[in-house]
Amino acid sequence: MRAAAIGTQLRFITCGSVDDGKSTLMGRLLWECSAIFDDQLEALRRDSRRHGTTGEELDFALLLDGLEAEREQGITIDVAYRYFATPQRSFVAIDCPGHEQYTRNMATGASEADLAVILVDARKGLLTQTMRHAVICALLGVGNVVLAVNKMDLAAYDVSVFERIRDGFGRFVDGLGFSNIQAIPVSALVGDNIGKRSTRMDWYEGPTLLDALETAGIDDAEETGPFRLPVQLVLRPNLDFRGIAGNVVSGRIRIGEEIVGARTGGRSLVAKILGTAGEQSVAKTGEAVVLTLAGEIDVSRGELMAIPQARPTYADQFTAHLVWMSEETCHPGRQYLMRLATQWVPATVGQIKYRLNIENLEHVAARELKLNEIGAVDVAAAAPVAFDTYAECRSTGSFILVDRLSNATVAMGMVLHSLRRATNVHWETALVDKKSRATLLKQTPKCIWFTGLSGSGKSTIAKELELQLHRRGCHTMILDGDNLRHGLNRNLGFTETDRVENIRRAGEVARLMTEAGLIVICSFISPYRADRELVRSMFMEGEFLEVFVDTPLEECIRRDPKGLYAKALKGEIPNFTGISAPYEKPDKPELWLQFGSLESDSSVPAQVQRVLDMLFR
Amino acid sequence: MLLHLALKAFAPGRLPFPLLHVDTTWKFREMIAFRDRLAADKNIELIVHINAEGVARGINPMTSGSALHTQVMKTEALKQALDRYAFDAAIGGARRDEEKSRSKERILSFRSQNHVWDPRRQRPEPWRLFNSRLGAGESVRAFPLSNWTELDVWEYVRTEGIDVVPLYFAKKRPVVRRNGVWIMRDDDRLPLRPGEEPQLRSVRFRTLGCYPLTGAIESEATSIDDVVAEMKSSSKSERQGRLIDSDTGASMELKKREGYF
Repeated sequence: MRAAAIGTQLRFITCGSVDDGKSTLMGRLLWECSAIFDDQLEALRRDSRRHGTTGEELDFALLLDGLEAEREQGITIDVAYRYFATPQRSFVAIDCPGHEQYTRNMATGASEADLAVILVDARKGLLTQTMRHAVICALLGVGNVVLAVNKMDLAAYDVSVFERIRDGFGRFVDGLGFSNIQAIPVSALVGDNIGKRSTRMDWYEGPTLLDALETAGIDDAEETGPFRLPVQLVLRPNLDFRGIAGNVVSGRIRIGEEIVGARTGGRSLVAKILGTAGEQSVAKTGEAVVLTLAGEIDVSRGELMAIPQARPTYADQFTAHLVWMSEETCHPGRQYLMRLATQWVPATVGQIKYRLNIENLEHVAARELKLNEIGAVDVAAAAPVAFDTYAECRSTGSFILVDRLSNATVAMGMVLHSLRRATNVHWETALVDKKSRATLLKQTPKCIWFTGLSGSGKSTIAKELELQLHRRGCHTMILDGDNLRHGLNRNLGFTETDRVENIRRAGEVARLMTEAGLIVICSFISPYRADRELVRSMFMEGEFLEVFVDTPLEECIRRDPKGLYAKALKGEIPNFTGISAPYEKPDKPELWLQFGSLESDSSVPAQVQRVLDMLFR
Repeated sequence: MLLHLALKAFAPGRLPFPLLHVDTTWKFREMIAFRDRLAADKNIELIVHINAEGVARGINPMTSGSALHTQVMKTEALKQALDRYAFDAAIGGARRDEEKSRSKERILSFRSQNHVWDPRRQRPEPWRLFNSRLGAGESVRAFPLSNWTELDVWEYVRTEGIDVVPLYFAKKRPVVRRNGVWIMRDDDRLPLRPGEEPQLRSVRFRTLGCYPLTGAIESEATSIDDVVAEMKSSSKSERQGRLIDSDTGASMELKKREGYF
């Protein structure tokens, strides 16, 4: 974070639900900063009389709702930009619409914002819209949030109303990764705590909205990141000059330093840097420059210049969050044109890993993405592209998808991680297939997948099951979450992303083993429904058997075979399923082992028998 | 200003596109002189387009009215020129701070085959990732100065020492008072109304349209420093002098839908 400095510019978005008074808030802010000109004020008086809802008072909302349709319907249908300044710094206010159907506009606004002002109507409290806005801001990497609890005048300036909303919001966004959250009680209509401190809320001692905007830190992750320059144009005005033109989107480069093209791998030293005012010795983030190089390397538009010590990924597949912005639903397998930095390349949306329920952050299994839905998908480009993850660099980790026929921008995307598959790996077909291998083993290959909380008894049942199968002459293999984490998956942690990858790998290994003709017994907590569905999709119909070991949390805590719950309850283990991370129960498991139900015996032998019954019925 | 940036962007190369001026025949003389001098100096290709049909019909800002004049001599003329030279992109200096409907304009603004702007079908521009792809017959208006304010422009002009049209600086000019603004009598074509007598006043312009439709402000600002100082204390917006903006409430939006820049 860079501290606020005089002369810096802060870009912020305002978001809130339809009637939270967002435009009124902006209008009030502009007015108090004297950013409304006399003739604009006169036009506002005229419009207030015609369309206004505030009687003889000025209706500030009309100042911002620029398009005629919006003025008539009283809604904001598009993103509007306003500019104002105080002696402290200058501001770009991005006004975002509140309706659910305009999530795309909100995401667009958030993509270029340093701070978000999220509005809540004090009388209504937190709405699902508020949650949507917070989640979108978090996904787009807006670190700073001001929660403006508006219409305090209509809530009798009641401190408990404010505190309830503030605390509820705090609980919801915990874990979303905001670096700073400032809640402020305001009344945009009356002007409490906007530019001037309210005299009606003595109980509030924090900053006014304007104070908060003037002092907010600006994320400088990109200035301190590794050098990146997406090439816009190679200038060749004459035979003696060849320059690489583009904007520095991350880091800096000096004359004499080595740079490399991410696509070609060609390296050279920077000979000259031409900025907007002539030659300079260093090029910094945000500057438009032309670089000349000491030696000739192959560079063209679309190349991403970097430094050899920290090169971007160069691959043709990655996983990304997609915000779907088109009325045409996204289906896996469709091809679009992708723009990433200055690269254009055809790209296919592959598997949809999950759709994000942005009201409660749940991962929902999905086969398509509709307008305004957000999901995690695999993207396969027709040719390798150079990129970083969105967390590393916004400019080189973001992309748009464009419909090939209509040329409409249908999605915006943020790279989560690359799928580092080598470019030239093709599927090799063997001469002996799964069926032949299984016939020789005299069995039907299966994947029995135990899911449930830690301590639910998955491993115990799995081990006993394998013993029983072995005695019957079956060829088996057991895959256990803990064991895999010692080897194959030892580079993975317990964050959501790592859990997704953990399960994906386990699924792939299990699939290979069924290819070998084995009965594979897997025991993984596998808390996310979407991940289990992903694994299921790797197998043939009937081959994957999901067994839900449904032992209540209290019983698991009581057993606590590895002493993990004790630690987790003390807060020593983050992201512990059941305690600090969610577990999504299966909808339709092939077998449901319910603990403690009257009809069934919860002993291990009885439960193993039920699995065997399922296998051999 | 826009030209200055464009020259810089391609330096040390040459500007890879021509400049187009849609001349309504009612532009300020000083502005025309400045235009011609600039084009000659910088070795730039300049195309001037006048709607000959409009001239033949005798369209003018006085008797035809500002709305029809703007429609025929600016909007229609621009469309003619874009079609004639088959330009698929036109770069303009419009800024979002100028006017309400402009504040929602994209940096790349797409126009249909008939040059129509549909504010409901604008392309989102996240992270400045511009989707510049066009279908057959479609064109794009590009507004690189979208996020600049009037003050930003003048401060940049001052920093870079950019040559600007002298009309932006105060000077004694012959003006008449109409509809609450000062209109300069740039030539004899502006008929005087009964009782009107041009008076010499120290005025300057903040924006340059057709002279009979562009109001001057009283000012003593004769240098860039003066202009910046004046602007910092101004309580009027820049387009207040543009009579065409206040025809009706959503005047600019309507013009843009029809193809106005």
